[in-house]
Amino acid sequence: MRRALWLIAALFALALPALALDPSEMLDDPALEARARQLDHELRCVKCQAEAISSSNADWSRDARAKVRELIAEGKTNDEVKAYFLARYGEFVLMNPPVKGWNWVLWLAGPVLLLLGLLVALVAQRRRSTKAQGPDGLAPDEEARLAELLGEK
Amino acid sequence: MIAELGHFALILAALVAVVQTVVPLIGAGKRWPGWMAVAEPAALLQFLLVGLSFAALTYSFIVSDFSLRLVTLNSHTLKPMLYKISGVWGNHEGSMLLWVLILAAFGAAAAAFGQRLTDTFRARVLAVQASVGVAFYGFILLTSNPCLRLGRPPLDGQDLNPLLQDPGLAFHPPFLYLGYVGLSMAFSFAVAALIEGKVDAAWARWVRPWTLAAWVFLTIGIALGSWWAYYELGWGGFWFWDPVENASFMPWLFAAALLHSAIVVEKREALKAWTILLAITAFGFSLIGTFIVRSGVITSVHAFANDPERGVYILGILVFFVGGAFVLYALRAGTMEAKGVFALASRETGLVLNNVLLSVASILVFVGTIWPLVAELALGRKLSVQAPFFDTAFTPFMVALAVILPVGAMLPWKRAKLGRVIKQLIPAALVALAALVLVWAVQTGRSALAPVGVGLAVWIIAGGLTDLFSRTGRGSFGNRIARLFRLTRADWGKFTAHSGLGITILGVAAITAWQSEDIRVANVGEPFEVAGLTLTLGEVVREQGPNYMSTTAPVTVEKDGALITMLHPEKRVYPVQAMPTTEAAIHNGLWRDIYVVIGDAQQGGGWAMRTYIKPFASWIWAGCALMALGGLLSLTDRRFRVAAGARKVRRAEVPAE
Repeated sequence: MRRALWLIAALFALALPALALDPSEMLDDPALEARARQLDHELRCVKCQAEAISSSNADWSRDARAKVRELIAEGKTNDEVKAYFLARYGEFVLMNPPVKGWNWVLWLAGPVLLLLGLLVALVAQRRRSTKAQGPDGLAPDEEARLAELLGEK
Repeated sequence: MIAELGHFALILAALVAVVQTVVPLIGAGKRWPGWMAVAEPAALLQFLLVGLSFAALTYSFIVSDFSLRLVTLNSHTLKPMLYKISGVWGNHEGSMLLWVLILAAFGAAAAAFGQRLTDTFRARVLAVQASVGVAFYGFILLTSNPCLRLGRPPLDGQDLNPLLQDPGLAFHPPFLYLGYVGLSMAFSFAVAALIEGKVDAAWARWVRPWTLAAWVFLTIGIALGSWWAYYELGWGGFWFWDPVENASFMPWLFAAALLHSAIVVEKREALKAWTILLAITAFGFSLIGTFIVRSGVITSVHAFANDPERGVYILGILVFFVGGAFVLYALRAGTMEAKGVFALASRETGLVLNNVLLSVASILVFVGTIWPLVAELALGRKLSVQAPFFDTAFTPFMVALAVILPVGAMLPWKRAKLGRVIKQLIPAALVALAALVLVWAVQTGRSALAPVGVGLAVWIIAGGLTDLFSRTGRGSFGNRIARLFRLTRADWGKFTAHSGLGITILGVAAITAWQSEDIRVANVGEPFEVAGLTLTLGEVVREQGPNYMSTTAPVTVEKDGALITMLHPEKRVYPVQAMPTTEAAIHNGLWRDIYVVIGDAQQGGGWAMRTYIKPFASWIWAGCALMALGGLLSLTDRRFRVAAGARKVRRAEVPAE
């Protein structure tokens, strides 16, 4: 329902009967059309909440899909098509934020956080094992012997 | 009149919650039994009152009382009864009422089943639980009153959004809320433990079932939502990484981490401080989720300005409770001395890795979700962080998790011999590798995604079987098989839930790598080919539904001349909301779904038709169902059923053994 709530908002804004990509919009050459479909997934509908132009029913997306096909038919490469949209609508139009400038923070967040997490876990583990030889603590050799006996059980 | 009674009951519930917060907390501090005893009847009374209020609102929806603003905006006399009822929570005000209803229900359940907790601890848990309630009652009564009347009631309502008129979606919010709000129990237990300054195995044994239940509900809720998106939105997408979905996914990941770390506290009395922190964070993310959804701040910065009052209020609740809990944590965490020591190679370490991966993955989702907001506010850049980013950044974490899972699950507690476990797992690894190579060789496109997905799934399941079998001790093969069925439900639950994860991974990988799409103009009676199947569009007819108009046509699907199925895709228009919906026709199969959508009539004759072949689609939700089932199995394990109350009995039993 939560997803639906904003979907509603999106759909209300652009209630249109059509169903995203229409057969009449498609290119005749299957190879070019396949490239166009790929690009449809990488460009965002700027009038919608969070949709690619591939699945959006908005007028804007329809025009954008037509433009993508027009540019491809003119022989533009994928990057050139994206550059065309980037120049007109800014980074907002790209589904994937470009890896440059401050966006490095976003792209590096995963690996850096993971390393940090592992480091914290390791330090905590070290501290535990040096500090705590609690009341039931056994010497390492005793413990090994115990583990062996339990394992034998 | 009924609605006013509901409103009044809600105000009373809020007052009871205030009493339930203040009196037992003071009573527990001063050790006054009378004051502490207030908590339980208050919790039950509070639940009763909110229940009354919710029932009043539901009644207003059932009888279509259009003098209520909420009913007018979200209901219609022609709407089927199921959706009149689900309309109660299909809107902001009603869904917040459901939120507090479930919060109070959990409080009442803790009061009813909490007899075995110590008096002070129970009083504190119920007080903390009620304090969260106070904040949300305030929110509803001050900013989102569901019982507002209209001066001039209309003849009929404006109907519920047609997309929401769906059985899958009718039950999606209640499950999601049971999960979200269920985590409030973990939070209350954590904060009560911090106030009390004591965390032990018994504490974990209490927290774990609540967390597990919340996680099971959340799993079902998320799966229902994803399933709904798959069949309702008309192109078979099942997960979009939009902020509202992420809002439910982040608490799910944290709850998964929490229920694993609670095992360590329960069995080994280690990781106490970390588990407390997780419990606070998990509920914190539930609140963040509520904030994201209710304020609309993330999807669009401007929506915030539209409804600043609600957003700011929830932000206030979030800061107060999570901030307050963190301060308490900073003051008290040091007192929670860990008892259990463990070596680097041990089950504990495996679970620590699980926790690191799940928490970091969740925080990563959070960073991705709020990055557009941060970029706009701090850097003045308007940008999008959408599905492609999350797919790239999130997937490695799940792969890593799946790789270590079978090993971690088999390591003995405290001190393990890694080599020995790995040696036991060699057959499972070989089977998984064989599956991976086989899929790689058979598939036509050379994407690594599907083989890796299949390999991981087989690895998790085969590893799980190895684990189960290794628990049957020694003896003849037949004996060990017989003993398999005498293993605890916790063991089986663990195996089922982990296998579910594997199956979901397989489904997601396969559908992503192998799905095919066909969009064309289909003429009536002219067969066309899609991926080896022959489809024929039949006569298109218009029909009248209860509250919609439908355009539908039969589509025959054949393979090599043999009929596979007859599908009936539909296009509906709901006149009250003037809104079209697509009702895809789906043939669910074990190996693949055939997914057919009918579009518009074309100018040159014929109809736009979209056909999707979705391999292993059902496996995604079958896996989710298994995860939930595994959780339920674990939940009914003997140690939770007999729990702390049997402590005395068990002590008596010891000499007899």
